[in-house]
Parts: sequence; C-alpha cells; structure tokens
Amino acid sequence: MDRKLNHLEKFMLKKISDIDDFPSGAFNIRENGKGIRRNTTKNINIVSKEDKQGIDIFIKENTKNEMVHIPVILTESGFTDIVYNDFYIGKNADVTIVAGCGIHNDSCETSEHDGIHRFFLEEGAKVKYIEKHYGDGEGTGKRILNPQTIIELKDGSSLEMETVQIKGVDNAIRQTSGKLGNETNLVITEKIMTHGAQFARTEFDVVLDGKNASTHVISRAVAKDASKQEFVSKIEGNTECYGHVECDAIIMDHATVKAIPEILANNIDARLIHEATIGKIAGEQMTKLMTLGLSDKEAESEIINGFLK
Amino acid sequence: MLELKNICFKRDNKQILDHISFTIDDNKLIVITGPNGGGKSTLAKIIMGIEKPDSGEIILNGENITNLSITDRAKNGIGFAFQQPVKFKGITVYDLISLSLGKKIKFSEACNYLSAVGLCPRDYMNREVNASLSGGELKRIELATVVARKSSLTIFDEPEAGIDLWSFSSLIDVFTNMKKEISGSIVIISHQERILNIADKIILISNGKIKESGSKEEILPRLLNNTKSCKFLKEDNNG
Repeated sequence: MDRKLNHLEKFMLKKISDIDDFPSGAFNIRENGKGIRRNTTKNINIVSKEDKQGIDIFIKENTKNEMVHIPVILTESGFTDIVYNDFYIGKNADVTIVAGCGIHNDSCETSEHDGIHRFFLEEGAKVKYIEKHYGDGEGTGKRILNPQTIIELKDGSSLEMETVQIKGVDNAIRQTSGKLGNETNLVITEKIMTHGAQFARTEFDVVLDGKNASTHVISRAVAKDASKQEFVSKIEGNTECYGHVECDAIIMDHATVKAIPEILANNIDARLIHEATIGKIAGEQMTKLMTLGLSDKEAESEIINGFLK
Repeated sequence: MLELKNICFKRDNKQILDHISFTIDDNKLIVITGPNGGGKSTLAKIIMGIEKPDSGEIILNGENITNLSITDRAKNGIGFAFQQPVKFKGITVYDLISLSLGKKIKFSEACNYLSAVGLCPRDYMNREVNASLSGGELKRIELATVVARKSSLTIFDEPEAGIDLWSFSSLIDVFTNMKKEISGSIVIISHQERILNIADKIILISNGKIKESGSKEEILPRLLNNTKSCKFLKEDNNG
C-alpha cells in the first residue's frame, strides 16, 4: 500500500489540499476509488466502511489543534467514484479537516466524484472544514463533482466551512444542509468561479432549531463566458435564532446567475436576512485600478482575484 | 509640463467646459477653484483620461496624450485621487498600496504610506477597502494610494471632502511633503481657503470658463474680498 506520490498526484494534492506529499497527522488519501495511504493518531481514528465505499473518522473528545486530511483525486477517466465519509467529533474537540477533490481528465470520457460527507459534532466541539474542488486535463470528457455535506451541531458546538471551486469543473451540484442545536454557530463561505459552458448549482438548507443558534452563509461567485450558476438557500428559524445569507455574484460575458432565497421564520424571535447582489464588475473599480497603471485586463483580474480571495 | 489647449466638453446640451487653456509648470502646486457645477471635476477627469473632451488637446512634456488611455496616462506619470473613493470587495488596503506601487512591498514599507495620512497601519493594513470603512477612512486610504505612486503630476479632486475627523493641517502636510519629496506638480480641486493658501497658482473656473488665473498673491485676496465671485468660498468655509 505504501508508495511515493508521482508528479501529477502531488500537483493535484497541492491544488486541493495545499499539501504536496503525505502530510503529518491523520490522513486518508484516495485515488481512483481506492485508498492509497492512511495514517491515524492517538486521538483520530479512520476506519473503512464495510457496507459501502468510504470511511468513518472518529475524533476523541478534547482533541485540540490536530488536522485531518482526506483528499480524493481522480486521474483515470471514465470513472465514477461515490464515497461516503462520516465524521464523529467528540465533545470539546477543536480540529481542522481538509477535504477536497481534484479530477485530471485527459480523455473524452466523463470523470465524476460524488462525496457525501456527514459531520456529527458533540457538545462544545469546534471544527474548521476546508473543501476545495479542482479539475484539469486536456480531454473533452466532462469533470463532474457533486459534493454533499450534512452537518449536525449539538449544543454549544460550531463549524466553519470554506468551500472553493475555482476552475475546471464542468458540472457541479453542491448540497449543504445543517441542523443546529442550542448556542451553535455555522459559518459557510463559498467561492465559485465558472467559465466556458460550465454549470454549478449550490443548495444550502439550514434549520435553526436551538435557542441562540446562528448561521452566516457567504457566497461569492464569478460566472464567465457562457457558464451558468444557481444559488438556492433556505433558512428556517424555529426559535430565538439568527440567520444571514449573502450571495454576491459577478457576471461577465454571456454568463447567467440565478439566486433563489427562501427564509422561513416559525418563531417571533427568529431574525433572518437574505441579501443577493448580481452584476458586472463596477466600472469605477476598473477606472481606479487603471489610474494606478493597470491595464483593463490586469484590473479585471485583480478585482476578480480579490473578490474570490 | 502639462498644457491644455482649448478643451471643450458638452453634455445634455450644457457646455461644461468651454475652450479651457492653461499650462501647469513642473514642481508647482496649482489649485483649481470655483462654484459647484462649474466644470472643475470634469476637467480633472479629462486630464486623467476618465472623460474624453469633445475637442482640444492635452500635451504632457511635449507629447500629445489626448487620445491615450487612463492606463497609459498613469504610466506616463499622472496620478488621480477620487473625490468619492472607490470601494472593493476582497481587495485589502495593503493590496491597494502594493498595486499603486506596481510591486509587492514589505509590510513596513506600506505602513509609511498609511501613517502619512493619519491612519494606524496595524489597524488598517489587512482590512478590505469596502463599505465597512467610514467615508473619512476611505478618503485617507485613497490619498495614501495616490501619494505612494509618486507621480510627476498628481490631481486631487476635492481632497478635503470627508476628512472631518482628521486635522486639516495634516492634509496640508501631505501636499507640502509630497511637493518636497517627489518634485512633481500637484493639481488640487478645492474650495478651501487653507488649501488655496499653499498654491503657487490659482485658477478660478466658473460656468466652464477660466475667470481668473494667476499667483496666489495676486488671486487669493481678490477672491476673498470680492463678495460676488467668492460667495461659494465663504459659504464653504462657514459650513
């Protein structure tokens, strides 16, 4: 099972996990439907599922300042990989989890990865979850990613999720749902750029069940060329709680972006806000950067890079 | 040296600039003043290339730049501070100062530019240049990005607007230090007597035309004493 990573594998890992070799700490690296190496620690155990593809990650209570990397790479074309990963985070643990999927497809056949991740946070647990999606390759075969994230927060726990899809994914439907207990907090930051004829749809569905539960969903999207994006967010407040969704999109060329908000307050003390802004790059931003000596292309690039930073 | 020849600009049947001609010599501080709506800001934008004149020529150091883009004018040494600073999403104060200088710089170097406009670098450097900053903060950051460029000709469009929390003398210091350090020309669009007071030359524009032009010693007393022509000045200073 042990072997060295080749150049392409290292490149893809760097893109999605910011590592270019086997990391220290707990990890599970999966390539083309198989685990290529795993490491566990005293506090973090990783166990393969027996009934389906995927792993269970058990993080002991009070585990502090540890990281778990579980990247997936697809380098074989014509491959559909469906994987179920469940994270069980013990009481008062404080950890960072880095996931993500990179698809390299040089053929005309479709490559697809559907990752279903479930997070169960016990009381007082705190998780930072970073997920990046990336695709490349010269082939005409499509690169498809359909990540699902299901989050359950018990009292006093919190999860901060950063999800990024910057390049090369032809079709993506991203579904994230959360069920929040008392005094919990869920922050989701999403950054997406689509180009060519790509399509990306994001669905957020957060239920605020616990007193003083709060969520903040921030989506920044850039749609170029003839790409299409949809952003659907639903927040349901069932008690004294706070929910805020911000969808901010830049459209360019012939792209389209659709934002569909749904906020449902079932309690007089639920405070829910949805903001959506869609438009082209502001002319005055371009002008300002051009007065600093940037060309129009350079100015556009800086504005988009800043927006998606 | 910058030379404007017969600049005309008309919009919505209104002659905003009507055959404006003047020269700005090297290492001089020029203040363009006059009533609101008189065409001052339009003139500043025409020099930077943000607006195109209907007719006339702009000559910079002997080169006709009338048809040059904003970018090319910036590269040729013209800088511009906006009256209403532009806001961004994601771009930080540090990013903007680096872009002004055209290179990544050390944090400590960027700090100098913020300190010069009265902002504590530690509090501002990593902040996004967005709507979470107040108008006065944005204005000072705007000034810092323009000062950092060390352009040979820098235009400030009403720099005093929105800096109420900052002492006026600090703003004056920015201009006088800049003049000393870069040995370039500075053009300031302003209504403020204290800014007029540091001018080498004052140009009064009203209804799209130059009404008066000359040294501070020559023009300023006349502006302040002439009730009719300086009504706007007194209103602004009293307000």
